[in-house]
Parts: sequence; structure tokens; C-alpha cells
Amino acid sequence: MASTGDLEPTHYPARRAAQVALHYLNTHHGSPFRVFGLQQVHKASAEDVAAGGRKYKLDFSVTDWGSGSAGPALRCSADVLFPRTERHSAPKVELHCEALQQINSTAQEDDAFYQKYISPDSTVSARDIPDSFGNMSEEMQPFWRLARVAASFIMLRESSENTEFNMAKVASITQQESSEEQLMLEFVVLLHDFPSQEIVQWKLLASWSPDRGVRVLQTEWQPRCPHATKPPN
Amino acid sequence: MILARKFYSSKMKGLLVLTALFVAVFGKKTFEGDQVLRITAKNEAQIFLLKELSEQEHLGLDFWREPVHESLPVDVYVPFHSLQAVRVFLRYNQIQYNVMIMDVQDLLDDEEREMVKYRTIPRSTDDFVYTAYHDLNSIYSFMDMLVAENSNLVSKIVIGQSYENRPLNVLKFSTGANRPGIWFDTGIHSREWVTQASGIWFAKKIVTDYGRDPVLTDILNNYDIFLEIVTNPDGFAYTHSRDRMWRKTRKPNSGSSCVGVDPNRNWDAGFGGGGSSSNPCTETYRGPSAHSEPEVKAIVDFVKSHGKLKAFVSIHSYSQMLLYPYGYTSTPAKDKAELHELAKKAIASLQSLYNTRYTYGSIITTIYQASGGTIDWTYNQGIKYSYTFELRDTGRYGFLLPANQIVPTAEETWLALMAIMEHTRNNPY
Repeated sequence: MASTGDLEPTHYPARRAAQVALHYLNTHHGSPFRVFGLQQVHKASAEDVAAGGRKYKLDFSVTDWGSGSAGPALRCSADVLFPRTERHSAPKVELHCEALQQINSTAQEDDAFYQKYISPDSTVSARDIPDSFGNMSEEMQPFWRLARVAASFIMLRESSENTEFNMAKVASITQQESSEEQLMLEFVVLLHDFPSQEIVQWKLLASWSPDRGVRVLQTEWQPRCPHATKPPN
Repeated sequence: MILARKFYSSKMKGLLVLTALFVAVFGKKTFEGDQVLRITAKNEAQIFLLKELSEQEHLGLDFWREPVHESLPVDVYVPFHSLQAVRVFLRYNQIQYNVMIMDVQDLLDDEEREMVKYRTIPRSTDDFVYTAYHDLNSIYSFMDMLVAENSNLVSKIVIGQSYENRPLNVLKFSTGANRPGIWFDTGIHSREWVTQASGIWFAKKIVTDYGRDPVLTDILNNYDIFLEIVTNPDGFAYTHSRDRMWRKTRKPNSGSSCVGVDPNRNWDAGFGGGGSSSNPCTETYRGPSAHSEPEVKAIVDFVKSHGKLKAFVSIHSYSQMLLYPYGYTSTPAKDKAELHELAKKAIASLQSLYNTRYTYGSIITTIYQASGGTIDWTYNQGIKYSYTFELRDTGRYGFLLPANQIVPTAEETWLALMAIMEHTRNNPY
């Protein structure tokens, strides 16, 4: 279903491209106390590009889930290029958000969180965040956000015009031994792809510190019995 | 688990709680995998070894019964990270033991569940906890209570059986015979828990507002309302017992190890087209043929035999949308303009309550191509006001919407449903 030219901002072609831009934003600016969500797409257009692929131009607003419903909306613009290659390759994103530096810094919470869990005795381990009823303890929230940011690396990489990913749940979190002063966390996350409605499971190893931000070191797709469906791409 | 129950006593519960606190202080976050072992020493030498074991602080052991004498059992709480070491030690020294508590976290969870259950068995629909998610038995009890409390207004119809032989219950709200009808269903996709929970709230809302709210009263004096709260009970039971993310029915597929059909791709409207899958191992598997699923067939039969339904709303989650036909084709519905305007009005009502933003439009343009969908079929049957909702949220919690959002979601959605019902009432056809 091709759409070129101006797009209806609330409909799926624009929304999918905006979600890709969101994943990109979170990989760069997400933290235990900051995860961005899409609030609204204001304008969108798409065009085929010479090298083979489709480029979306987007004007949209995001909010920080970390600051609750009180947070202000940030205005962003992005170019999202979905390449047309034989094998799937990740979309390319160029992104500008207004006033990114001006939103309330989370440095204090980041540092306190880091100090608490970087100690060698720390062995955080948890499952089902949130649980079936949507419950998540206060203590687990920064870990959920970290998982969401780490998952954004995968969601970004796996995205195409035919996918729309969210993180459905964190199946498990296991803290690993800290390395080079980075918090090391192994996550198993469940991703939900909207068009196919599939739940896709990934295990990943991520590091975080206030200075270096989130880095994803290893990812591994995991089959889910009994379907064992591979990711859409 | 049976082993644990036999030995479980209130003293042990006390010790367990104490241990839990003790261990929590030392930075453990969960009791998963922790065990309690009952050790039987056969001589003084073994008692001596166990005393030595108890001095290994790094193991984090907690002796509920200290090693004293070989005639007395030794009970020890072993955190998960020390289990292997302790087991090796016991085996090497040929010290007998058995596992009293397989997994402490499981025990705590069971305990919690028992407590919650005991606290909240409602005696009436006024007692019922609308701000929590309930299991199938609780919801079926709710229906029976509602009927018993409002027998002049509500009755329960069983329109069929699910694959696993669960009743497909529909609540009928009616104030007179031979009326045209309005249909709502929730929970056709079992993992979309906020929908069944909202359905319960709608049922209570209807009986509360009849005779109080003039608009609803007028609607019910002219139309029957049919509400199927758990449209996919097999799937729903499965989300409680095995897999919270289960979407489809639970019917096995011949020639495949994969179970289930997507009940929202199984209808005879563009059946087999793009936006549905022929692979039984996928979430949008359409099934071997249209209406192959008893859960779907039951509604099809009901709609056809009723013959006078004027509005049909099928409720899903998530993504905050109000959608009208078609999903299987990009040809616009004949009544698109009217459906679009009504959707706009309904969404405005919804948003007026908590400022929740919804998107609206036809299925195929707004969300994705989907063939074999419910409301495409009902629309083609002549039910003009056919709509699908996608309730909260937009992906932050997705299917795992916190229970504290059930009532706000139901309240705002109700305003949209009222707008649709009112328009139906004012525009008979």
C-alpha cells in the first residue's frame, strides 16, 4: 500500500515512521528516568528516493513518560528513510527536537540510581515487569525504562514500513557483574508488532552509566513456544 | 508444592516472613528459586559438618531449625545463589535431605493470591471490584448476580459454546418485546484485558442509569442492548493460566502443532484476503474457513436470527482508535461520510472526560488492512452503525494496562458508546 506525497498524520503510514523516529530518539536520549512516547503527528509526507527506498518527513510531538502526565510536549522533526534492499536493513533517521537540552535534567536521579546499583553486592533480578495486571513496583520503574530504551535499539533496527513496534513487557531482568564502571543488565523483552500482532522475544545485554548512556552489547532472538515465529523481517 | 503444604504451619509462615525481611534488608529483590531444605543428619559427625556449614556467612543461609542432634530435623532456608554449593556439600558428605519448599516466591505468590481472593468475593454487583481485573469465574458470577438483581431488565442468553465447551454468555437489557437491538462485544481477543473489564463496567452502568439518565432510558425504551463481555472465554482462561499474551481462540489446527484462530479474521467478509494469514502459527491466522470458530459462528447465528440489530460495536485494545468499515478493501463504505461524522462526534465526547486522544477513520486507512473482520461482516449484513474501538493506551503499557485505568477507560468509552447509540436512536432505518 504505497503512499507518496502528503500523508494523513493520524493514519498508519505516518505513525509507523514516527514510531521509528521515537525509537531513534530513545536510543540517544533515553535513560532510567527518561523514555519518550509519541504524542501526536502534526504533518507528514513521503517520497520515493533515487537510491531505492522511501523517505518520510515528519513533524510531531513527544512526551516524556518519565515525568508522568505533567510533562511538557517536545516538538520534533525527522527524516526517516526506509531503504529498499534485498535483505532487511535498518531505517536511517535524522532527527531534531526543540529544547531537548532544556527539559528538566534527570542527572540527580540518574546518579542516585547508579550509585545504588553499581556496588559489587548488587544482584538485581526480577521477572514480569509489569505483571499481568499492569503492576510495577516503584523500584522497578527505572529498570523498566532501561529495558525500554535498550529494546528501542532492537525495535529501530527491525523496523520497516510494515511494522509498528512497542515493548509489551519485560520478561526478566538479571543484573550481571559490572564492567568498566557500567551497570550491566541482561533483559529478556517481549516486543509487540502491531500489523502482524506478533509477540517477539529478544534477550539482550545492555550497559548503562550516567556518562555513557545506554549501549546494547548483544541481542538474541528467542523462540516462544509453541509459535516460534521469527520477527517480521 | 504438595510437600510444602504438608509441612506448612503458622510458625513457618512467621519464620518465612522474618526471613523475607532479613533477606530483603541485604539487597535481595526476589525470592525466586530460593528453597527450604529439610536435612536429616545420621550421626554426630554430620551435625558437626552442618554446624560448620551454618558458619559460612557468604552463603546467606538461614537455619529455621539449627543442627542440634541427629534425632532432630535441620531446616535451612537456602537462597538461590547458594543452592548448588549447598547441594554439592550435602551430597559429598552423604547427608540426606529433601526439598521442603521448592520455590519460596511461588509460595509467597500463592499466599498473596489466597488472601486477595478471600478479601474480595463479592456478594452483589455493588460489592464487585470494578477497579481490578477478574478471572472468568468471577465475571460469570458477576453476570448472574446482575441478572438476579435486575431481573426485570437483564437476562442472560447463551448463544453457543466455545471450543472448550464454555458457555458464550450474552447479557440482554430489554424493556419490551420485538425491539430492534444494539450489540457490544468485548474480549474477542483475550489478551486485551481492559476490554472485558470495561464490559463489566458497562453492564453495571446500564442498570444504574436506566430510569435515571433520560437519554439511556429513552434508548432502552426503544432498543434492546446485547452485551457479550467475554467473547473468547477459552483464550481468556488461557491468559490467566498460561500465557498472558494469548490472542486467538484455543481450537487446535489439524496438521499443525500450533493452536488457535484469530477470531477477528474469521468472518465472511473478504475472507482469505490480505491482512490475514494462512499460517496457523501466526496471530492473524484466519482459520480453515469463514466462521469455522464456534465463538464466531455463535454471533453470526445470533445476528442473522435476530434480524433487527441496528448498531454493532466490537471492542479491542490497544491504540486509542474508533474505526469503521472496511478493513478488507479500500473501497469506501457506502455510508462513509455519516460514519466518519459520527465517529468524530463520539471521539469528541470521549475526549471531553479525561482529554484522551483518539484517532478515527476506516480500518484499512487508519490501522492496517485486515480481512475477515467482524464489523466488515456486520456492515455487509446491513448493520449500518458498525464500529470497532481500540481502547487505551497507545503502547506504553499496551495490553498490560494498569488496573487503575480500567474505570477511567470505561467511563470515557461509555460517552462514545452513548453518542453512537443516541445517533442510532435518532436515525432509524
